[in-house]
Amino acid sequence: MSGFDVVRKDVEAISVVYLKGYLDAHTASDFENALQQLVDEERIQIVVNLSELDYISSAGLGVFMGFIEDIRVKGGDIKLAELSDKVFRVFDLLGFPVLYEIFLNEEEAIQKYQ
Amino acid sequence: MTKKTLEYSVKLPSHTDNLELIRTFVAGVAKKVGFQSEDINKIELAVDEACTNVVEHAYKEKENENIDVAIQIDYQKFTVVVTDKGKRFSPADIDIPDMDQYLAELRVGGLGIYLMKTLMDEVQYHTGPDGKNRVKMVKHFLKR
Repeated sequence: MSGFDVVRKDVEAISVVYLKGYLDAHTASDFENALQQLVDEERIQIVVNLSELDYISSAGLGVFMGFIEDIRVKGGDIKLAELSDKVFRVFDLLGFPVLYEIFLNEEEAIQKYQ
Repeated sequence: MTKKTLEYSVKLPSHTDNLELIRTFVAGVAKKVGFQSEDINKIELAVDEACTNVVEHAYKEKENENIDVAIQIDYQKFTVVVTDKGKRFSPADIDIPDMDQYLAELRVGGLGIYLMKTLMDEVQYHTGPDGKNRVKMVKHFLKR
């Protein structure tokens, strides 16, 4: 089974990454590869849209943690948008809202870069 | 709920590909016995974390091993026991992170145990004389 999908959309200098389905230890590498691709292309103004993400475990959270320092050192950021209550609760449990800017909708997150 | 104990169990190959199946099983049983969605989400995440640790650490990605996930339900609690025959795990070997410190240091990994202990009412590790490792996680029905 692989109920996970990553889709990317570039909006000028900003890249929006859409996560869909289940982000767990099985699928985390797909998300990791997508972020690595963006870093390799030096596209480090990133918005991750989580509106269609149904589930996240610590393996998925670890991907966010694994990239944030490198991306911020280079002057970029990962901003989060459109989290469901279920996914937000997991982020919140671990205190992630202190570390990541979270927006109710994608447009707000994009505008924060502009 | 009567005082009778109900038991449900599955045995699956140790592979992350099966995590989705394990979550579906555990969430299905939790729903069946009346947990609300917020508690169902907590139970499925805690069990996912326990099984992920088995796949990645106890068996070190060896795919020809099995994970047992057994659920026992009595009138007061929902107990999940995850059993493996891999490398022994000692919770004392793992630092439970102070989350403020953890985030300040931008550390990676080690969140699974913290989540399990936060999501469930009880988490116990035990390695028996049979060499099997068991992680027992309990959620009480008190808030139903």
